[in-house]
Amino acid sequence: MTTAAKESDNRVIKVRDLEMRYGSYLVMSELNFDVIRGEIKVIMGGSGCGKSTLLRHLIGMEFPARGSIEMLGQMVSADESVLTDLRHRFGVLYQGGALWSSMTLTENVALPMETFTRMGRKEIAEVVAFKLALVGLSGFGDRYPAELSGGMRKRAGLARAIALDPEILFVDEPSAGLDPLSARRLDELILALRDSMKTTVVIVTHELDSIFTIADTALFLDAESKTAIADANPNELRDGKADAPERVRTFLRRGAASQSLAKSGVSKL
Amino acid sequence: MGKQTQVQHLEVRFERSGEGAFVLTLAGEWTRAAMRANDEWQALFQRIPNSVGAAGGLGFDCRALNRWDMRLVAALAGMLKSCNDLGCELDLSGLPEGIRGLFDLAAAVPEAEGRGSEGGRDGWMENLGHHAIAVVQGFWNYNAFLGELILELLATMRGKTSMRARDFWLAIQNAGPMAVPITSLLAFLTGLIIAYIGVLQLHKLAADIFVADLVGLVMTRELAAVMTGVIMAGRTGAAYAAQIGSMRVNDEIDALKSFGISPVRFLVVPKVLALVLMMPLLVALANVVSIFAGMLVAVGISDVTLPQYHFQIVNAVGMNDVLVGLFKSLVFGFIIALAGCYRGLRCGRDAAAVGQATTSAVVTAITWIVIVDAIFAVSLNILGI
Repeated sequence: MTTAAKESDNRVIKVRDLEMRYGSYLVMSELNFDVIRGEIKVIMGGSGCGKSTLLRHLIGMEFPARGSIEMLGQMVSADESVLTDLRHRFGVLYQGGALWSSMTLTENVALPMETFTRMGRKEIAEVVAFKLALVGLSGFGDRYPAELSGGMRKRAGLARAIALDPEILFVDEPSAGLDPLSARRLDELILALRDSMKTTVVIVTHELDSIFTIADTALFLDAESKTAIADANPNELRDGKADAPERVRTFLRRGAASQSLAKSGVSKL
Repeated sequence: MGKQTQVQHLEVRFERSGEGAFVLTLAGEWTRAAMRANDEWQALFQRIPNSVGAAGGLGFDCRALNRWDMRLVAALAGMLKSCNDLGCELDLSGLPEGIRGLFDLAAAVPEAEGRGSEGGRDGWMENLGHHAIAVVQGFWNYNAFLGELILELLATMRGKTSMRARDFWLAIQNAGPMAVPITSLLAFLTGLIIAYIGVLQLHKLAADIFVADLVGLVMTRELAAVMTGVIMAGRTGAAYAAQIGSMRVNDEIDALKSFGISPVRFLVVPKVLALVLMMPLLVALANVVSIFAGMLVAVGISDVTLPQYHFQIVNAVGMNDVLVGLFKSLVFGFIIALAGCYRGLRCGRDAAAVGQATTSAVVTAITWIVIVDAIFAVSLNILGI
């Protein structure tokens, strides 16, 4: 394939026959899926089924036992030069924000730019201030991560993840440890970023609320069969419009069912 | 029954009913406290499975059971399991509904088999194998780390660095000026102790003046570097391991990597450089302070005068001795920073692992300091320096 052909390809991530292992322990195998440019793809599944492991493979922290991951036209492998190039084209928001604790928010967001761009000090300060404002943290630039709430840390982490204007944004458990309002706010922020920057977003989560709010497609990882058993729009999966095993529907409906239960319980009181 | 002052009262009966089935009657209060106060039931529960036997049946009568808690449920579960294994016929209908519900809940998920830690029940051969592999793996990991560090250090010396000046200055401050008080204090006391012992012994030979040789040589060649090394291992090496270790727990190291920023370059290089540069300065300070302490003792409790002490020190301690000490301190600084950073980077992902990393950093550093010091002593002796 020529470079032009690669660039015109709409699929920014192609996973083929991926097998993931920890030592001799098989996590998942025969994973096949694509991520289309500009979509929000949710990787979902029960706790401990291998969602985060898949994410670590996608961002080049672990490498496939078999199969391949192609991202932005390049193979994700232990080849440092390819990895470094890719790492400047995607951003990662870690579960707890993972801000560098010895630096202020401004320094956190500025570090990737200082390290990898030729921008001057003033330019960087300007961009950092804007990115912090984007995530609703303007005026907090001089704070250290320890002085912030969990939700603020995640938003700051988001500002850092988009520091280099990535083409793909990976997000690990955006709503973990957040109250429903903060979680929704983060979801909306991610949606807005995608809409205005056309960033492709890959999110690992099991939070049904956020799956239905933001996912264009959802990949369902199944712990029993150790592979993906559905890949479609979550609403269609739930309503049976997309083809999927019953397990997926149960997973997606259980939340809905318990919600309506809760409602009827309240009305009875 | 009425209200009893002694609430903790339980009753148990185990008997054969008409057709040969056994009935266990539980009455009164079966709570944790009651069951501990009156533990006859334990022996009974122990022998029930065997008394019932393979073909026998076991039923329950709990009509007079007033209160019970999880202790009773656990005791019953244990007993029922042995009954089951023997093949007894169990009739649980006599048990309170709550207890049956808990049994169902506990039985809902079958006992995990072979999940989680592999090798938990390996034989000693397998364990030995795993350990051997771990040792070899550890050796390669360490070499890889050392190699990367050396490459990064060389890059830094050629001026190609992304190390931030501020990080470097912070590390310098931490490893240098802030360590001055403790280093001086310990050097002072060490000098004092050596001088005391020296004066007391040398006085017997009327050779008091040689206390200057003793303090000067011992401190500059050996103890100043070793003592400072031990202090810095406990102070700075431990801090490096803990800091980097908790960054790992917090995904901060992964965040660096996923931006393509090398943790070795960003975190380790400034720390190593700072400690290697500061150690000789600290040791130089320790030399001066301890020789001063020796002077106080010599002039104070023996009849050596200040000019004599000064003259003797200048004569006894050559530039060689000072340089040997300073060179050692450079090496020790490198060892300490290396151990601290390496243990931090290889730290596990929970709070306990940070503690282990810290401990291991200090132990590794001190062990290697002593080993390297011994190697120095032997080789310098052979070289005649």
